Amino acid sequence: MTGPVLAARSDLDSGSVLPDLRKPPITKVQLVKYAGASGDYNLIHTDDETARTVGLDGVIAHGMLSMAFLGEYLCWLAGPESVRRLSVRFVEMVRPGDTLTCRGRVKEATAVNTGRRLQLEVWAENQRAVRVTIGEAEVEIT
Amino acid sequence: MDQPAALTSDLIGRESEVVLFEVERGAIRKFADAVQDQTPACLRGDIAPPSFPTTFRMTIPGVTFDLARVLHGAQEYRYERPLRVGDRVRCRVRVANVYRREGRLGEMTFLILAMDGTDESGHPIFSGTTTAILR
Repeated sequence: MTGPVLAARSDLDSGSVLPDLRKPPITKVQLVKYAGASGDYNLIHTDDETARTVGLDGVIAHGMLSMAFLGEYLCWLAGPESVRRLSVRFVEMVRPGDTLTCRGRVKEATAVNTGRRLQLEVWAENQRAVRVTIGEAEVEIT
Repeated sequence: MDQPAALTSDLIGRESEVVLFEVERGAIRKFADAVQDQTPACLRGDIAPPSFPTTFRMTIPGVTFDLARVLHGAQEYRYERPLRVGDRVRCRVRVANVYRREGRLGEMTFLILAMDGTDESGHPIFSGTTTAILR
């Protein structure tokens, strides 16, 4: 098993671009599974008929699914024990068939007694390079 | 079906009961599987993925709305430490703010909910802020 991606990176500083995490395409089955696992049973995410009644073409993904992707991104970058904050805005809709990629860059790096605290800009973008969920995060790496 | 009452600023400060949630291995694994999280500790069900507190669902008396008319605008979580299997978390959510704003789609109501989770001795584990937008 490999450790967190950033563990060996002492070069990170303001402006450093972080590696990408590309997620598999979102499927309707995934939305049903996410509804069950999260307890969000809003039918606009799982039932096309309900989605159409509110003016959508069909179901849209839970915003929180893209936040979960960014959460995984932080764990992958820094390790699950190192995540201190994740704050996101859901700015564009995500539909089944969309493929999201998590990206980020370092806004600020400060030394703390246990290592370094990084303020990150993170986002999930779709296959058309449109940012669908944008946010900020804080991780501590040793 | 009854139309839910409009959300107004007199709801500010209203809160849920304190609810005890147990972080179960199966629930962590099911969540990690659903989001295809490849973090080994999450796949094993040892550590919950960062957005797992979304599974802690509570209701606040008087705060009801039509699910089909609500948009999740923003979400924040702050962590003292990750949630681990076996944690017993005391959670509560309260209305931090309600305000109206004119947007692209007409007047919208913004509902800000603040949630926190502590361990059984009262030490904070995480806090969360939800921005819900109602059309």
